[in-house]
Amino acid sequence: MSGAPVLEVDGVEVTFPVNRPLLRPFGRPHSIKGVAGVSFEVKRGETFALVGESGSGKTTLARAINGLQPVSAGSVTFEGQRIDGLGRAEMKLHRRRMAMMFQDPIGSLSPRQTVGELVTEAFRIHGSEGRDMRAETARLLSLVGLPLDFADRYPHQLSGGQARRVGVARAIAFNPVLVVADEPTAGLDVSVQGEVLNLLNDLRERLGLAMVIITHNLHVVRHVADRMAVMYLGRFVETGKTEAIFSEPSHPYTAALLSANPEPDPDKARDRISLPAEVPSLLARPSGCEFHTRCPWAREICRSTPPPASERAGRVLTCHFPLGPGEHPPERIGL
Amino acid sequence: MSVLSVNGLTVSFTTDGGTLTALRDVSFDIPDQRIVGVVGESGCGKSTLINAILGLLADNGRIDAGSVLFQNDRELTRLGDSDMRALRGQRISTVFQDPMGALNPVLSVGHQMINVQYRSGRSKAEKIARAVEMLRKVRIPDADTALSRYPHQFSGGMKQRIAIAMALMMEPALLIADEPTTALDATLEVATIELLKELQRDIGCSVLFISHHLGVIAELCDEVIVMYAGEVVERGTTRQVFNDPRHPYTFRLLDCDPARQHQRVRHLPTIPGEIPDLRRRPEGCIFAARCHRVHYACMRTPPVTEVGNGHAARCWLAGNPETVKVTA
Amino acid sequence: MLREPLGVLGISLVLLVVLGAVFADFLASADPSKISPRNRFSSPGFEHLAGTDQLGRDLFSRVLHGGQIALAVALGSTAVSLLIGMVLGLIAGYGPRWLDNLLILVFDAMKSFPTVMLALALVTLFGPSLTAVVVVVILVNVPGYARIIRTQTIALKSAEYVTAAQSMGASTARVLRVHILPNVIGPLLILASMDIPVVIAIEAGMSFLGLGVRPPTPSWGAILNDGFANIRESYWIVVAGGIPIILTTLGFTFLGETLRDVFDPRLKGR
Ligand SMILES: Nc1ncnc2c1ncn2[C@@H]1O[C@H](COP(=O)(O)OP(=O)(O)O)[C@@H](O)[C@H]1O
Ligand SMILES: Nc1ncnc2c1ncn2[C@@H]1O[C@H](COP(=O)(O)OP(=O)(O)O)[C@@H](O)[C@H]1O
Ligand SMILES: [Mg+2]
Ligand SMILES: [Mg+2]
Repeated sequence: MSGAPVLEVDGVEVTFPVNRPLLRPFGRPHSIKGVAGVSFEVKRGETFALVGESGSGKTTLARAINGLQPVSAGSVTFEGQRIDGLGRAEMKLHRRRMAMMFQDPIGSLSPRQTVGELVTEAFRIHGSEGRDMRAETARLLSLVGLPLDFADRYPHQLSGGQARRVGVARAIAFNPVLVVADEPTAGLDVSVQGEVLNLLNDLRERLGLAMVIITHNLHVVRHVADRMAVMYLGRFVETGKTEAIFSEPSHPYTAALLSANPEPDPDKARDRISLPAEVPSLLARPSGCEFHTRCPWAREICRSTPPPASERAGRVLTCHFPLGPGEHPPERIGL
Repeated sequence: MSVLSVNGLTVSFTTDGGTLTALRDVSFDIPDQRIVGVVGESGCGKSTLINAILGLLADNGRIDAGSVLFQNDRELTRLGDSDMRALRGQRISTVFQDPMGALNPVLSVGHQMINVQYRSGRSKAEKIARAVEMLRKVRIPDADTALSRYPHQFSGGMKQRIAIAMALMMEPALLIADEPTTALDATLEVATIELLKELQRDIGCSVLFISHHLGVIAELCDEVIVMYAGEVVERGTTRQVFNDPRHPYTFRLLDCDPARQHQRVRHLPTIPGEIPDLRRRPEGCIFAARCHRVHYACMRTPPVTEVGNGHAARCWLAGNPETVKVTA
Repeated sequence: MLREPLGVLGISLVLLVVLGAVFADFLASADPSKISPRNRFSSPGFEHLAGTDQLGRDLFSRVLHGGQIALAVALGSTAVSLLIGMVLGLIAGYGPRWLDNLLILVFDAMKSFPTVMLALALVTLFGPSLTAVVVVVILVNVPGYARIIRTQTIALKSAEYVTAAQSMGASTARVLRVHILPNVIGPLLILASMDIPVVIAIEAGMSFLGLGVRPPTPSWGAILNDGFANIRESYWIVVAGGIPIILTTLGFTFLGETLRDVFDPRLKGR
């Protein structure tokens, strides 16, 4: 069991229509690719992280995995069964085993439900099979470390960290095999971020979950993810083991993201790879390597020819000139 | 010489559940041309501090005690409404987390950037030139044509930079920034703080910078104030506070930052517990309930102990760095 | 809510009218429709608290029994309008785009029809009757209610907690019932309570014009009409018909406004 992947994503694309008929005569596309062909798999007990700037397609990919967003190409296989394109009724069976956590800790909780109702919502949807709701509430709240008297509170009476715990409790209610968490630490204080990550880590071990964690905060990834993918304009530019990527980023974009993380140490000498700030529009994807417009190392070939994906020691990379250890950019570019 | 000195500031709100003391005996100085950071968990009173300084407290809030002295001559807590308005936006300007708080969605960026200069006595052409110059400084591409565009035509990062440009247009003596980078990606966040630093040097203003991101504070600020439940628990230069924390809260907060762990750890450090109910402040040290070094003395409020040049902490153990740093 | 003086006044007035209607038989022993030619136009006194009309019917009794009609029509037709408006609004807001466009077109068409014309058209169809009144009220109210629900449903459709419910496999019915409806219904209830006086006015107005309740049945509008016809003989008939309309309208309006202030989202604290 543990060998087979829980989730396999193969060449998935998600397109959105663009309502701008005026632009079409100028050769603009009438749809954009929010996710432009990504593949990965997650095994039981493993955590896979998706990292990238906002707009890179992370949330769209998560929604596509859960069937909230139709997939326009590629396939999503969950527990050995293809689930992309399934109808709502067929999908319902799979949704029981696949839990999603959304970005806003409080906003993802229904405002007129009490915590007790929220964490047992899955039983009301999928049938409670004679379960005792009060006992289930107590079990779930204790799993996430909340006192039982929270069962009567409403979401707006919770702090961000408490709301996040409720979200986690709700996600694991039906013993899922996969949890997809979109920015689980967004909007939380540092003192609480750790709590949530520890909780997710614990649950993964105790329940043998597979997890997909989405974040733009690299520091979070280091401590929770076994493998990670760096996403840019809807594609993976680098995939591999978290530790390997942290110790030796090969794609310039990965290196830039890593260096863009301010550390709480005033004495630390910083040689930062600064990127031009603006991410290109999906309506006008750059030619060649799509990162060349921001890449400090870009050369002529990067502008014209898209780099092929190459694999080396479990690392998949799309770059013409992968970085060596500790390599620095040739020149500094401002904002 | 300091731009702003806050002394014994105490602010409370009237709520249904009783009086809520949001700030208690808060004192600090913002020296000329320095960047001072304020860190603390949400709900510790950072926004209340700013609002009290700017005279913008909500209707149910009031200043119970203390003074806020601007450039050694103007007492802001006693300034009339119209004087305060004249000061805001000209001598003291602000940037917030959401740039749309400063930008009007139905007016062009140029229109708004010219409006900000209404007290400057410049001619229209000079105002436009100044607006373009500021947009260039914050690196908005095509600065001259950008003036005729509307806020929604810019990305989130650009909107925040335009808001910064507007705040610094009148070369204020003090810029107050409340979590201006919190909503931005890491790449944009570092770009924005680098920009802020550069502009601050250029204009020669002081900055009061609020953030819960310790890394950003370490990188940007000269001095730092650590707040907990409405009290200043530690202050000093960024080096003093980050390298040699003397309050257990500061120590634990730094410890929690995942960026401090350079190796993968199984269990990230946390600070269990919650900020106490500010309507029923506990006696004695405000952090005692969550402190790993709590002992009998903490039942009395600790004094602010000066431990180095400008470095002070409100803890009985402040003079004893080794004890502070022992974890439970 | 009891802290608001206007709210207390509103509740008291509404209670007064409701109790009067409920205990009409008990409070006014006289038969509201019994004609008594000897007692025509007797002025208010001990025998007839509000006097009698041109046919000698006891006005106090007619007013209380008229209250029954007014309230039954107002509450009944408002409740039905609420139900229909709610369902159509949810369908328009949550359903496919083409259905939304179609329903909006229908709502707009209904709205653009003047109330009086609508009333006349229906009376031609059904003849003057209570049914005509109820149908007019429903047709007038539904588009507005449906639009409110639709707008809010659209706003909530992409809220994270709704997406979260979908991701857990909740059926459309469950999403609408548990996650959307409770969060959109509040403003509608407030609006409806403020609409009740309008409905009472429509009923009275139609009955006044002879398009509503048929003659022997007591209705405030009909009493008013009698009063106007006989204003030279007696002023009290107009008074008896007018006062309950004014009191009820004020009562429900105050109540609705207080409810709105109490439930105003901006005032909702932690
Ligand atoms: N419903 C939608 N319609 C059109 N474009 C969308 C939609 N949802 C997302 N997008 C676009 O797809 C891209 C990826 O968005 P998203 O997945 O939210 O990114 P992330 O989660 O990484 O910030 C963005 O450019 C966004 O504007
Ligand atoms: N208008 C208000 N009325 C009542 N309590 C308030 C008001 N504004 C802030 N508070 C309370 O004051 C405390 C500090 O809040 P705030 O200054 O917003 O904290 P921060 O900005 O650090 O998150 C909190 O406990 C908050 O609930
Ligand atoms: Mg996202
Ligand atoms: Mg704040």
